[in-house]
Amino acid sequence: MRLRLQVTRRLEPSASMVFFVSALSLLLAFLVSGLLFVFLGISPLEAYRVFWQGAFGSLYALSETVKRMIPLAIIGAGLAVSFQASVWNIGAEGQMLIGAIVGTWVALFSPLPPSLLLPVMFVLGFLGGALWGTFAAWCRNRLAINEIITTLMLNYVAANLVLYLILGPWKGKTVRGFAYTDPFPQEAWLTTIGTTRVPLATFLFAFLTALFCYFLLAKTTFGFELRVVGRGEKAAHLAGIPAKRVVALVLFLSGGLAGIAGVGEVSGIHHMLRHPAHISLGYGFTAIIVAWIARANPLGVLASAFLFGALMSGQDALKVAFGIPFQVMYILNGLVLFFLIASEQLLYYRVTLRVAPWGEKEDEYDRVLD
Amino acid sequence: MSTIGFWISGVVGRTLAYSVPLLLSTLGEIYAERSGILNLGVEGLMSLGAFSAFAVAFFSGNPWLGVVVSGIVAGCASLVHAFCSVTLRTNQVVSGLALGMLGMGISGVLGRDFEGKVLATTLPVFRLPFLSALPGFEKHNVFVYASLGLAVVLWFVLFHTRWGIVIRSVGENPAACDAMGINVTLVRYACVFFGGVLAGLSGAYLSLGYRPSWSYGMTAGIGWLAIALTIFAFWNPLWGMVGAYLFGILYHLSFRFQAQVSPELLNTLPYLFPLVALSFVSRLAARRKVGPPASLGVPYQRGSS
Amino acid sequence: MSCERQEIVVFRDITKIFPPGILANDRVSFGVERGTVHVLLGENGAGKTTLMNILYGIHQPDGGAIVLRGKEVRIPSPRVAIELGIGMVHQHFRLIPNHTVWENVVLGFPRVPHLFPALRARQMIRNLSREYGLDVDPDARVWQLSAGEQQRVEILKALLRKAEILILDEPTSVLTPKDVERLFLVLQRMKEEGKTSLFVTHKFSEVGEIGDRITVLRKGRVVGTVPRGEADFETLAAMMVGEKIALSLPKKALSPGCPLLRVEDLWVLDDRGFPGVRGVSFEVREGEIVGIAGVVGNGQRELTEALAGLRPPSRGRILLGEVDVTAWSPQKVREAGLAYVPEDRRMALVGDMTLAENLFLRDYRKAPFRRGILVDWNKVREHAEEMIATYRIVPPVPQLPVRLLSGGNRQRVILAQVLTSRPRVLVVSNPTAGLDILATDFIHRLFLSLQEEGVGILLVSGDLDEILALSDRVLVLYRGTILGERKRPQSGWSEEDRRDIGMMMGGVPGERLVMVR
Repeated sequence: MRLRLQVTRRLEPSASMVFFVSALSLLLAFLVSGLLFVFLGISPLEAYRVFWQGAFGSLYALSETVKRMIPLAIIGAGLAVSFQASVWNIGAEGQMLIGAIVGTWVALFSPLPPSLLLPVMFVLGFLGGALWGTFAAWCRNRLAINEIITTLMLNYVAANLVLYLILGPWKGKTVRGFAYTDPFPQEAWLTTIGTTRVPLATFLFAFLTALFCYFLLAKTTFGFELRVVGRGEKAAHLAGIPAKRVVALVLFLSGGLAGIAGVGEVSGIHHMLRHPAHISLGYGFTAIIVAWIARANPLGVLASAFLFGALMSGQDALKVAFGIPFQVMYILNGLVLFFLIASEQLLYYRVTLRVAPWGEKEDEYDRVLD
Repeated sequence: MSTIGFWISGVVGRTLAYSVPLLLSTLGEIYAERSGILNLGVEGLMSLGAFSAFAVAFFSGNPWLGVVVSGIVAGCASLVHAFCSVTLRTNQVVSGLALGMLGMGISGVLGRDFEGKVLATTLPVFRLPFLSALPGFEKHNVFVYASLGLAVVLWFVLFHTRWGIVIRSVGENPAACDAMGINVTLVRYACVFFGGVLAGLSGAYLSLGYRPSWSYGMTAGIGWLAIALTIFAFWNPLWGMVGAYLFGILYHLSFRFQAQVSPELLNTLPYLFPLVALSFVSRLAARRKVGPPASLGVPYQRGSS
Repeated sequence: MSCERQEIVVFRDITKIFPPGILANDRVSFGVERGTVHVLLGENGAGKTTLMNILYGIHQPDGGAIVLRGKEVRIPSPRVAIELGIGMVHQHFRLIPNHTVWENVVLGFPRVPHLFPALRARQMIRNLSREYGLDVDPDARVWQLSAGEQQRVEILKALLRKAEILILDEPTSVLTPKDVERLFLVLQRMKEEGKTSLFVTHKFSEVGEIGDRITVLRKGRVVGTVPRGEADFETLAAMMVGEKIALSLPKKALSPGCPLLRVEDLWVLDDRGFPGVRGVSFEVREGEIVGIAGVVGNGQRELTEALAGLRPPSRGRILLGEVDVTAWSPQKVREAGLAYVPEDRRMALVGDMTLAENLFLRDYRKAPFRRGILVDWNKVREHAEEMIATYRIVPPVPQLPVRLLSGGNRQRVILAQVLTSRPRVLVVSNPTAGLDILATDFIHRLFLSLQEEGVGILLVSGDLDEILALSDRVLVLYRGTILGERKRPQSGWSEEDRRDIGMMMGGVPGERLVMVR
């Protein structure tokens, strides 16, 4: 006789269970990061209070949260689509920067009439990010290079490209020793809501994107194709679905949306091209978690993007109040992700401790289904 | 010695020194992937190793203690990934990314007070007769030669010992190994741990030896390059060594053009080079039928062949 | 008592039930004498492999006991089986293709040194090879080896671990005649060493050549055990296939119409690049069921995949009506009127998607389901409900993920998928493999009603009962060629036809029944 852990597969988890488990993993991540605050010599309770104030405590705090939610939601919706197709786009960060570069070029250097500036910035920004993403698809389809590596490497390339531009050819004439471009003409600025710093256009666009991506996945033939490719490539082949084209289109779309988020940041918030770490506060990476926690559902992405926007502005408040560095965000992100994937398993598997004699029907444990 | 000789010696010497962290973390990733576990957290582990080595050396005044601690810290951190991907059978991509974020975050938060600090003692220069007199070789520490030796040893272990057969077999066909009485879980945990240790050591080399200092982001994507290089090397430590040095020499030579080309543009080369290299290799691999370990990224579950 | 000592293994009332209640072994009892080759004969699904997996510790019996060398033993895992001196060569080899022979052989084997195991391993392999005539290069990579050589590696693995009892599961199903001869020599050599072999097969042409004693299994039960001398083909065939077909089907005598599918001199390469189908020609007419009988691995997969457009033929033509569809894409072939039901159900279904989504997977591009760029989900649901009712899919929940369905219901989903587009020709591969009797009967009746509607069906199956119950014409596929053909007589299949076809499946051409010794 001996004790053994028995893992059996559960049937479908219910929606409420999925929500409950997600909430629980967030909570656990928060509790664990409390330990970190203790370690840093800050009272966790005080930290949580400051955090809450910074994220939701005032209208200003709320607007800061929404400001951060916008790029997360736009990028996250695109990543949700790509995860549905089992395409691992880890390069939203770079695609976003390319969008920012293209948008900046239009704003500062194109000979367009002022009224056309904004629309063209967004259209070309979308195309820029989209092509940056499609290059990874080309590498996957033609050269058999995994898109994780390509998209990641291209992040670094894009960041260095931005640095090159702001230190070299595009360096502002009036900025002296600083590394950024001249400010955009007023016509290339997005209007903000009231006195806040939330750009109205991208705010609305975030909702439109989520709806569009949801519609794409749930209602269209293409959405159906990409979900089949993501879940069973063999069956997709037999059903005549062109998997390579699907992969390319998915990266085109998610890259393009990241590009739009990039344009939104430079024209809505900064009004110039500046250091990559300022344009994106890690939005491209955080959006991975945003999409994952929403179970790759674009409508769910709106909620999780809001949540992570709150996390980001809350930790900003922590930074100001206690001088905690910005990387605390990564810790929180990492913890949330870990708890999430660990709990994911608990959704599908029931782990029980039981007494079993040696060798008792070992072979049937994992065979309940499938 | 002639001028050209000096020049070559300088290039070779500096390339060797530059390539060390890339080589070490690649060797570690090769072992993890050979056992079937994809670890995308190398960058975070390196950062964690670099920070912990620096902090320990800073307080204790003993860089060697820092080296040891960095290996242990990064190794233990990687066990989180092993637990998720081997025991819980989660998605290895997500778990690896989470580990990377955690590593970057922890080293960034805890390391902020160490930014710009100076160490009392760094890793000492390791002198070899004759060799250390050559230009470019004067400042090498023991890591430079040890990592070279390690690549050979790890190649030997992988291909000429019983353990090596077991590791490679677990990555190819865990079910067949299980049937032969091999503990698949143990092998995978051990390999992931070992990979974590090497990533940590490569971080320690950066913060204690190569440029003794700590700053957030000093790993500069080397951890990601290691993952690309692992594929480029066909999961073979010797090819990993060749790749790391090849990469190092290209990087080094690109610095020579700083007068002509902006450094930011040159900085994109290290990230484009792996793509170019992989595009050649993937075709070669298809022709020679060498691919990733057959079970890479696939969790093993007994009975679900 | 002396008899007990001679018998190295005794199976005593072994019973094995697989969920959800399939009786794979039903009180199986027989003994195996030391130093003999004991043949276990039976059709596909007779329970032979299950019994051997129990002996090797892969499965645990639900009842009964194994007596090894006079002592009752429990064998909880293959590791214990190895320690007890049992080795097994699976039908699908457990080898690592990218590794060398010696690496495969010494995997997990403690008696080679830690450093440079190759030196000692090569030596051990060479010694064993010489001793048993198992000729194989220790440094070759497994993927470069032929099936016969791979099998020798598996045997070496077992012999190196001092196996006294060697289980060979369908060892000849993948071998060329020359390799079969060599295998028999090896088994002969092992016998001289006092080792015991358990030889699992369903080709009785081999039985007389190699078996000292023959135990016949049918539907999980022992029909009988006979010594070599007393076995002739007729008796064995009768024992193996049974006297009559279990379920009587409403098979009508129809006169087939014009040819729908014509295959002319078709050659198809297998995964390793060798010809798996070698010059096959036949036709399927309107309202006709043509059965392709044969042991698994004789080119069936290559043939059906070529017909479905999944594997381009290297030579020959495939005509659908008057249209040449050779090397068309799967989708175009389907649109031309040929529906394909693959043997591997994962090829046709997406487990993580719902019943409704899977049911229109193959027609998602077509009219009622598609409006412009949109999917008409109402139509999809209506269609799903209709299909669920027509094919009696259980549970009748359109939103249920397909992976939660039983095998029989999954197969119904696949049939519903392909029949939606009203094909003229249906190519099915082992449609009832692993299914229970009810699901099997449902599918058989469905085929017969399709036949009455004029559909031409090519039924590829390793199950002779199934072939005979449904087919108007039977072709026997053996090593990639058609070895013979039988037409269903007016009065139905006779015992003689049945035996003939069974012989051909085992590689003995019809009419020339010669006992091989």
